[in-house]
Amino acid sequence: MDVQKALLNGVITENPTFRLVLGMCPTLAVTTAAENGLAMGLATTAVLVGSNLLISLLRGFIPSKVRIPAYIVVIATLVTAVDLLMKAYLPALSSALGLYIPLIVVNCIIFARAESFASKNPPIASILDGIGIGFGFTLALILLASVRELLGAGSVFGVNILGPDYPKALIFVMAPGGFFSLGLLLAGVNRFLDYLHRRTGGLI
Amino acid sequence: MPTKLSVSLSPHVRGELSTQGIMLRVFIALLPAALMGVYAFGGQALWTLILSTASAVLAEALAQKLLKRPVTAFHDGSAAVTGLLLGLCLPPAVPWYLAVVGSAFAVVIAKQVFGGLGSNFVNPALAGRAFLLACWPAAMTTFIGIDGQTGATPLAYLQSPTDLAAAFGENWRLDAFLGRVPGTIGEVSTLALLLGAAFLLISRIIDWRIPLSYLASLGVLSVIAGVELSASLLLGGVVLSAFFMATDYVTSPASSWGKIVFGLGCGVVNFVIRQWGAYPEGVTYAILLMNVCSPLIERATRPKKYGEVKARA
Repeated sequence: MDVQKALLNGVITENPTFRLVLGMCPTLAVTTAAENGLAMGLATTAVLVGSNLLISLLRGFIPSKVRIPAYIVVIATLVTAVDLLMKAYLPALSSALGLYIPLIVVNCIIFARAESFASKNPPIASILDGIGIGFGFTLALILLASVRELLGAGSVFGVNILGPDYPKALIFVMAPGGFFSLGLLLAGVNRFLDYLHRRTGGLI
Repeated sequence: MPTKLSVSLSPHVRGELSTQGIMLRVFIALLPAALMGVYAFGGQALWTLILSTASAVLAEALAQKLLKRPVTAFHDGSAAVTGLLLGLCLPPAVPWYLAVVGSAFAVVIAKQVFGGLGSNFVNPALAGRAFLLACWPAAMTTFIGIDGQTGATPLAYLQSPTDLAAAFGENWRLDAFLGRVPGTIGEVSTLALLLGAAFLLISRIIDWRIPLSYLASLGVLSVIAGVELSASLLLGGVVLSAFFMATDYVTSPASSWGKIVFGLGCGVVNFVIRQWGAYPEGVTYAILLMNVCSPLIERATRPKKYGEVKARA
């Protein structure tokens, strides 16, 4: 499995947000600002790459009856490391994301990749899969968070775009706005990807 | 959606009224209230009403076009009624984009996305209002008085008739009935609303059960809690929504007992929000909440089939 294929798979074919519709809790909760979406995506990617690698290395060793607890131990260790690193070096971002960093432990994207990919594939392929899926998740979070931040606060990544007089539609930085934006983006992105699929003759 | 072969359950007897006819009558019934609103608040209110109605129709046409459905927006009248209703429950001095965005949200997100007319699970106009209330809470709760002064809704003084008299004069009861106490465009004149409602009741467009049980339960609970009856019914949007929004066919139960339960529920929730909630008025959320409950109510109050007997335990 080469890099290009892994990236394409993670970003488009098996995009965790728009195609697999996994990990909805962090997706809806942290995407109030583009910066939070980026941070959450990168944190998840770091954990995902690490857990895919470790689980792939341990795949001959973990008995299948206790594989879920074993995965949890691996993932929780990595999440704790990421959490402590963020607290030490990015305290502001860490407090903005709050509980959702420790909650990466129960993110079903990471479980899904461990169960369906890393436990059956060699380490290098698992790392690439982790990078692809993590990248797809990060891009989806940035897209959703940018839309919500733009409508709800008039800015993207903290940079004001719609001018000082833009009447901020507060609902988009609240929970219901997250659901509306996600639903419409899901429809829009999948429509666009279908179009792309037809135009490229099934290449993408 | 009209198809060549329509399969439906009995009874196959058809009424003479079409969707178009019903919507036209509802529209006409809303006109007195709209006129009183424009009379009370002037051109600004007229502009808001025109804008909300027009953008509802245009947004529906656009959505139907994009969703590749037959474009019925211009002739079936349901979008126009939704837009007018939304305009009537906006404060008179709202910025123009509230009317446009609210109407578009009402017909596109609350109605077309769920399958169009007859498939929406909540009242579109109220969904639009709830959306606006969450987006721009300040603009949605600034009311101008008849004298042009801005202020809070008179519901803020609900607990004390002496405060009401101090704010709106000794004759506030009569003023609220005729339309001289501030509020949203459509709710100012209870008299005009009752005129429209009487027309709908007489022409059998709406059923008396929902409005009656709604107003009665809210009134009784208010009196028990020590709020003056006339204040609780004349101020705020209760009369407007009891007759014109709670009675929406699509989002209220069809069975007779179901309608009564639905109305009672609206009254109780409305009372609870007014009494203990964060908002001064609870009409929007009361009806939206009961809209969501109406399939359950309908299931619980399904009328007995002819000849059906109770199953033995």
